[in-house]
Amino acid sequence: MAISKIWRAALAVGLALGGLPAAQAQSWEETVAEARGQTLYWNAWGGDEGINDYVAWVGERLAEEYDIELVHVKLSDTAEAVRKVVAEKAAGRHADGSVDLIWINGENFKAMKDQDLLHGPITPSLPNYALIDVAANPAIELDFTIPTGGYESPYGQAKLVFIYDTQTVSEPPASMAALLDHAAANPGRVTYPAPPQFLGTTFLKQALYELVDDPEALLLEAGDNFDAVTAPLWAYLDRLHPVLWRDGKDFPSGDDALIRLLDEGAVDFALSFHPGKASSAIAQDLLPDTVRTFVLAEGTIGNTHYVAIPYNAAHKAAAMVAANFLLSPEAQARKQHPDVWGDMTVLSMDRLSEEGRAQFDALPRGIATLGPAELGPTLPEPHPSWMTRIEASWLERYGS
Amino acid sequence: MAADAAPPDGSRRAGFLRLVPGLTLAVFLGPVAAGLVGTLLPAFGFLPALGGEAVSLDPWRTLAEYPGVADATLRSFVTGLSATAISFTLVALFCAAAYGTRWFGRVRAVLAPLLAVPHAALAMGLAFLLAPSGWILRALSPWLTGFDRPPDLALAPDPYGWNLVLALVMKEVPFLFLMTLGALNQVPAERSMRVAQSLGYDRMSGWLKTVLPRLYPQIRLPVFAVVAFSVSVVDVAMILTVTPAPTLGVLILRWANDPDLTLQFQAAAGACLQGVVVLAALGTWIAAEKAAASLGRIWIRRGARRMPAGLNAAALGGLCGAALLGVLGLVGLTIWSFARRWRFPDALPSEWSLANWTRRADQLAEPLMTTVWLGLASAAIALVLVLLCLEAEQRTGRRPTNRALWLLYTPLIVPQVAFLFGAQILLVGGGLDGHWIGLVWAHLLFVLPYIFLSLSDPYRALDSRYARAAACLGAGPWRIFGRVKLPMLLRPILIAFAVGFAVSVGEYLPTVFAGAGRLTTLTTEAVALAGGGDRRTIGTLVVLQGVLPLALFALAAVTPVLMRRATFGREG
Repeated sequence: MAISKIWRAALAVGLALGGLPAAQAQSWEETVAEARGQTLYWNAWGGDEGINDYVAWVGERLAEEYDIELVHVKLSDTAEAVRKVVAEKAAGRHADGSVDLIWINGENFKAMKDQDLLHGPITPSLPNYALIDVAANPAIELDFTIPTGGYESPYGQAKLVFIYDTQTVSEPPASMAALLDHAAANPGRVTYPAPPQFLGTTFLKQALYELVDDPEALLLEAGDNFDAVTAPLWAYLDRLHPVLWRDGKDFPSGDDALIRLLDEGAVDFALSFHPGKASSAIAQDLLPDTVRTFVLAEGTIGNTHYVAIPYNAAHKAAAMVAANFLLSPEAQARKQHPDVWGDMTVLSMDRLSEEGRAQFDALPRGIATLGPAELGPTLPEPHPSWMTRIEASWLERYGS
Repeated sequence: MAADAAPPDGSRRAGFLRLVPGLTLAVFLGPVAAGLVGTLLPAFGFLPALGGEAVSLDPWRTLAEYPGVADATLRSFVTGLSATAISFTLVALFCAAAYGTRWFGRVRAVLAPLLAVPHAALAMGLAFLLAPSGWILRALSPWLTGFDRPPDLALAPDPYGWNLVLALVMKEVPFLFLMTLGALNQVPAERSMRVAQSLGYDRMSGWLKTVLPRLYPQIRLPVFAVVAFSVSVVDVAMILTVTPAPTLGVLILRWANDPDLTLQFQAAAGACLQGVVVLAALGTWIAAEKAAASLGRIWIRRGARRMPAGLNAAALGGLCGAALLGVLGLVGLTIWSFARRWRFPDALPSEWSLANWTRRADQLAEPLMTTVWLGLASAAIALVLVLLCLEAEQRTGRRPTNRALWLLYTPLIVPQVAFLFGAQILLVGGGLDGHWIGLVWAHLLFVLPYIFLSLSDPYRALDSRYARAAACLGAGPWRIFGRVKLPMLLRPILIAFAVGFAVSVGEYLPTVFAGAGRLTTLTTEAVALAGGGDRRTIGTLVVLQGVLPLALFALAAVTPVLMRRATFGREG
């Protein structure tokens, strides 16, 4: 199948570029002991109540188990944390930095790694990292095709899903082409967030995968082939934009905005990177219980998110303990709970104890959440260079 | 100022007090100047931490090449100047039409509370009112409009910026009106009006021809502050302009937050450009002042006694309309804070709930606490400094020069982003980013000028014979200050404190930069949600944003009454 071929190609590229350096000197027991009594500043996107509640729960557990006080530094954009570390480096604060742990992936990770702003590699030191079967799930060490090199520790997987209301749409589109047809037949009822918002960029990448002749080109750095490869995407958007919501002259800010528009009846579809989003929105009275989730037949883009520790973090030990705790079956199962976050675990079920597996088996699934089989194939993220250039090109074409 | 105006021994006894005004200005303006340099250097390519080690024009080149920069710059310029012109015209016409009538007091009673509500809260109220799925269309649908789904129209936010202008007018009209009220005490308005009316001028033409020309110089600085603020505002623009058609300020904040760190240079250049745009807007305004003055002189010389009929109704209508939109929007969001389900096109929620308040209480608590202590701390520090400055002025007999007043206004006229960008690097260097000290300092910059504005006139207006009488009874200057002046000025002091608190509650950009995301207030949380967040949560945040300053104003109004009652109760 084409998809597994894409993943194999991604893996080959990744292995050629990376590989894990040796483990740290300090033993895990020493790290845990050092972490006691530390205050941990976790810089994490704070725009979702369910996620904020989860972070608060992690804080309670870290306090109980390890005597660590967790402070959630709520970001509206992860780049804020990156900037903070850069500013600290600029000011010569090479130790005792204000950011201990960052929820990170993709562009932000690349920016920090490229500028040597990260502590690590950290994953070789984390006992719970053994619960991930990396050989069976190589994508876990490829963050937007960039090898993680152990400088960030995974803690969840996301996948693009679509949400619709069964009261307004009877047959949801199964491809990007069908989505265009729906938009043409129902002008003003389809929209997506404007890039560089990550969901908007993901929507473009999703379209790109379906429209390009050779998806494997997307795994390598974009070069002179950019115009040729992306030409079908712009042709598609040129047809889509005139029939978009607000004629494509305004865009929602993200999945919460889309869910509000879907609830109001302004649009027919919402997008989300959380497969459990529809169910959790129903539970929070943000959507009617007639909404359901769907994915496209040929698969949708998925990626992994991570935590990383800045090179100058003041409380590295506490950050390590937190990263390890986030990989525990307890923390992962809670994260996957549809009422909490509804994210997919990064752990490999066959590496877990009976007890650990039981925690996942016991999870309920919301009425609007698709099962693992129904979620369909996962497409890998293209190399970040594609994203950067597509965002710039999009801005030039449709920016104002 | 003549030294003989000072009380005997004043200048010698004032001691450290003499240094306070200069010190206050230095504490404030030093970091502002340093912040400006910190913005200017990266704008010309110099920021070694990010690999910028040579001076170059590259940031300006990338800035100029960025799609839509010219449009955004023009949008900032036009919306800011329009909002100022409309606000000023409305206030001037209203004052002309209503001066000396009962409308004057009534409108003041409505506008003063609106001034206390943060810009962002009013903007979000307006957004809910005018949106395609907003309250007005909900009330009219489907019975009148036939809509059972929101129409696909860019009503609010909009791509042209008229919502931005409207929101600014809603907020600047009360500000300019209250500034005008204060200034009216300093010009012989009543006498001029009596003379004008005895010569046959009607109320409006009399006021515009005799009072306004003398009044305007008194409110010129506040008007300049309005121009600068409106041209560079970020939070209101984020709420009310559409994503692809932002203002320059919004673009700068986007770049400053971009994961691609090379955009920091472009952001710095943008922040400098913002400064240029403000200067250009002020220049345009000053040119318009000159034109208006010469046209006005011709108009006055012609001697027409009557204004066109309907003009006073239009001024009153415009003013009340703006106030009504403000109040309705806030009411709408208050209802949201008690809603469980409120779908289009229901005019009211279909299900009600207290859960927005109870279930989210702990999430609200943190920004609420930060907002409260930050407001109290910055207002208290600013109040002490302002009182000491004013006392120093009375004892030394030296009134601040015009230039000193301009310096005080600097933080209100230099666009915030222009020095906050550089100041952030300073704060990081001092380890004060995201620290309460840095945040309080950032707020002080904006709180202090407003407290000074609010308190200087009542302080100077206090009859000096009280102090002299106390001195004759043997009281020293500090005793007079503590036992005579402060108690007599309790009401204006408390009101000035409430003004400072309200300013602090509303600050967005200084909180974002100095708070470094670690310290958030009701305003930063609300603006973060404005784009598409849960309206129920927005409702709770906006209610708190409005209630806090209003509560403090209410306390300021009630406390002196209660204290007087307690005093007279005890003594009588």
